[in-house]
Amino acid sequence: MYKVVIGLEVHCEVKTNSKNFSSARNTYSEYPNENIDTTDLGLPGILPVANKEAFKKSLKMALALNCKTPDVVMFDRKNYYYPDLPKGYQITQETKPVGKNGYVMINVNGEDKKILINNIHLEEDTASLDHFKDYSLIDYNRAGVPLLETVTEPCMHSSDEAIAFLESLKGIFLYTGVSDARTDKGEMRVDVNISLSKDDTLGTRTEMKNINSFNSVRLAIETEIKRQKEILENGGVILQETRRFDEDTLTTHSLRSKVDAVDYKYYIEPNIPPIKITDEWINEIKSEIPMLQFERVEKYINDYGLSRYDATILVKDKNVSDYFEETVKLGVDPKSSSNFITSIILGYLNKNELNIEKLYLTPKMLVDLINMVNDGKISSKQSKEVFLKCVSDKKEPKEVVKELGLTQITDDKTIRDIVVRLLDERPDLIEDHRKGKNTFDYFVGQVMKKTRGKANPVLTRDIINEEMEKR
Amino acid sequence: MKTIMYLRKDLDEKKVTSDELFNDAIDKAHKYQEEFNSFVTIMDKKEEKDSNSLISGIPYALKDNFSTKGILTTASSNILKDYVPVYDATAYKKLKDAGAVLVGKTVLDELAMGGTGTTGHTGIVRNPWDKTRQIGGSSAGSAAAVALGIVPFSIGSDTGDSIRKPAAFGGVVGFKPTYGRISRYGLFAFASSLDHVGCFARCVRDAAIVTDILKGQDERDMTSLPDEDIKYTDVIDNDIKGKKLFYIKEITDKTLYKDAGEETLEILNKFQETIEECKKLGFIVEEVSFDEKLLKAIYPSYMTISSAEATSNNSNLTGIPFGPRGEGSSINKIMFDARTKGFSELIKRRFILGSYILQRENQERLFKNAERLRHLIVDKMNELYKTYDAMILPASGGVAPKFDNEIDRMSDRYLILENHMAIGNFGGFPSITIPNGFVNGMPIGINITGRVFEDALTLNIANKIEEALGYKGLIKEEYDV
Repeated sequence: MYKVVIGLEVHCEVKTNSKNFSSARNTYSEYPNENIDTTDLGLPGILPVANKEAFKKSLKMALALNCKTPDVVMFDRKNYYYPDLPKGYQITQETKPVGKNGYVMINVNGEDKKILINNIHLEEDTASLDHFKDYSLIDYNRAGVPLLETVTEPCMHSSDEAIAFLESLKGIFLYTGVSDARTDKGEMRVDVNISLSKDDTLGTRTEMKNINSFNSVRLAIETEIKRQKEILENGGVILQETRRFDEDTLTTHSLRSKVDAVDYKYYIEPNIPPIKITDEWINEIKSEIPMLQFERVEKYINDYGLSRYDATILVKDKNVSDYFEETVKLGVDPKSSSNFITSIILGYLNKNELNIEKLYLTPKMLVDLINMVNDGKISSKQSKEVFLKCVSDKKEPKEVVKELGLTQITDDKTIRDIVVRLLDERPDLIEDHRKGKNTFDYFVGQVMKKTRGKANPVLTRDIINEEMEKR
Repeated sequence: MKTIMYLRKDLDEKKVTSDELFNDAIDKAHKYQEEFNSFVTIMDKKEEKDSNSLISGIPYALKDNFSTKGILTTASSNILKDYVPVYDATAYKKLKDAGAVLVGKTVLDELAMGGTGTTGHTGIVRNPWDKTRQIGGSSAGSAAAVALGIVPFSIGSDTGDSIRKPAAFGGVVGFKPTYGRISRYGLFAFASSLDHVGCFARCVRDAAIVTDILKGQDERDMTSLPDEDIKYTDVIDNDIKGKKLFYIKEITDKTLYKDAGEETLEILNKFQETIEECKKLGFIVEEVSFDEKLLKAIYPSYMTISSAEATSNNSNLTGIPFGPRGEGSSINKIMFDARTKGFSELIKRRFILGSYILQRENQERLFKNAERLRHLIVDKMNELYKTYDAMILPASGGVAPKFDNEIDRMSDRYLILENHMAIGNFGGFPSITIPNGFVNGMPIGINITGRVFEDALTLNIANKIEEALGYKGLIKEEYDV
């Protein structure tokens, strides 16, 4: 049996107005070379101006990943020649990354696990290249976009763990507002390092770069594990190299070996003077970090008695989780709220491709609706009808209930009068009932029919029972 | 002897128009071009922008490594021989806004690397005082244009002594203020941690006038300093009695130069005479001792750091986004071809050195050690600046050298005396060279290097010494040696 060891390097674009070192816009554009300025083209004489917001967000992420932060803002140059890098060097952080030695708690198939973060550093994205048969096109829109690279320790042992980590990391990006982390727009890209070994020593690792979706990461890991396993089982040796994952054929191919590794000649970027990171700044940023997914799940399970399944669904989107918490704060039973949100609201949002922020029903309105059910004023079945009408007509639940005339009949005398009349009409069925035939449900049905479903079902059944006994 | 103030007066009194000044400058520029080769580009159209500044309507020349929108900017390199920038350097923009009139873009040593004025892609620049001699570099054309009397001032860049050395060889004033005082935005980077923008002028007052225009914080240059609430021209006449100057024994002591020629000894004699003049002016001047090992480290440290940074800074010159496109069957071959054809042998040598210096296995031993030496030298200077207001030294150990085959090779045959001005770049100290008379019919200079941020005091000291020495506005044509 081989022990699999996986380390990940995750690149994620930071959400800012402008680029990391220039004033060009940082936004997705379908037109090439629209969001560029002199700096992004590496024209002679340009100077980088560090984007404070990008750095602040990077610090926020570092703190959310429980990293140690440096005393000063500092950048380094990574030197290499490629047309996607117009300056001939990338401004990155080697000497003093924005975060070091952190961790993320994840839950894999019900078990908690700590994933160690080696470092997280802020750099600039490269231009994108499109290669054709005898020419290539360069789009500098992406050049200079702030990019946060999170580097884990080699501490994961399965594709499940890797995916759970990536989901958690994405969650933290979304919760902190640092990035939209959209893999479909290339905002989040993953490098995977894998090695196999029979004992606790690390085996020779291979690397696969720039994988664009979590599902591809899973496939790539599994494909590469299989390949390495086969080689080792046949007495072969794994070469340290960069490999390309081919999703169509589910195979990996050698790109370049370690021997060809580039020396990036890192040195401190001289155009950005070190800026002190004060305790005040750190504290201010810390105070802006909300409670994250992992802690929320723990809280929902332990304090609210929710299932892990429901808790996990609720925290997937921070806005949904915040919405849920707001209802709890307003005094509603967490379980009722969770049930309503997970079974009715999320279904509605999914079906209509809406975000919860766009939902007309406020947490307060949901609490009103749930309270009406709990007070027996409407049935839980009716509550869904009320919800749908609330959001379609943009009206408050109380108003909708009134309009639909949905309020339950819980008055004993009203129901009893109906029951007595019904029993009077059909003495034959009472007789059948005594003989053991089930005619009870007929009477329940009739009461519902006469009240158009508004009679409280429990009360109705009790009264029918009582009245039948009397005869 | 036409200084900025002189021309200002003429303009204000309508004795001359700015058009006449421009045309006169252009005529002179063309007249001297073949002989001295100061310019890469001579303007044929006058920039029209009026302002109330002292330099409004006054012609000037700009080193051809400042980005000028719509005007060819070559850095005197083949790889940029057709490059027309799309944006203005901050220094250029400030001059334009102040109404100064650009006469032309001046020749430099290729990419500002070198100190001879002989490596530009359009040919060598000659010394106005003796055509068989160099003017020095790298701001060769800017120095020559002022020394020839084409323009009253010009702009250069200074990474080791690229303004202050040619100023000395040309008999003009050369000033680079504190690092960050003038924005580097738009200056083609050579070695970013050492690069300074500065100026050439015919007198210290003019250098102060120009620096007053150029200085100031620039949001495009993070290393630029916050604005000062001071005008240098207002303070350069302040009383300097009791101000303390020092010179370094290990550099100026004649007994250390047993094998030196007459010329060097003459320069050291002139320096001592000037020290005596300074004392008469009321300065306290003292000789101090400076660890010779550190002094010997200046040149190698400078070459190590600057070559390393230059390699990285010039990595944008690939012919891909701009510049002449290379040929080849792959992207790497295309870039390789462009760089092979675009750079001279000397530049390639620096890049290879710089690359070697930055390699992982060498960086600690070479780059980091050079940085450590730089810091030790700066620390020692700052210690001295606790006692003294400025350092005063000869700008060079000789007069402008003759042209010969020895061009900027990094040989062991260097002198501390020849390379100490890089101290000003190491520490970002304000540093100015002013004329100190003649040796063998050629101008020589003295250098005054002040405390960091104290540009005002440095200019004040230089102005007072200049007044006493009387070597002001030296132009070959007008000066009877």
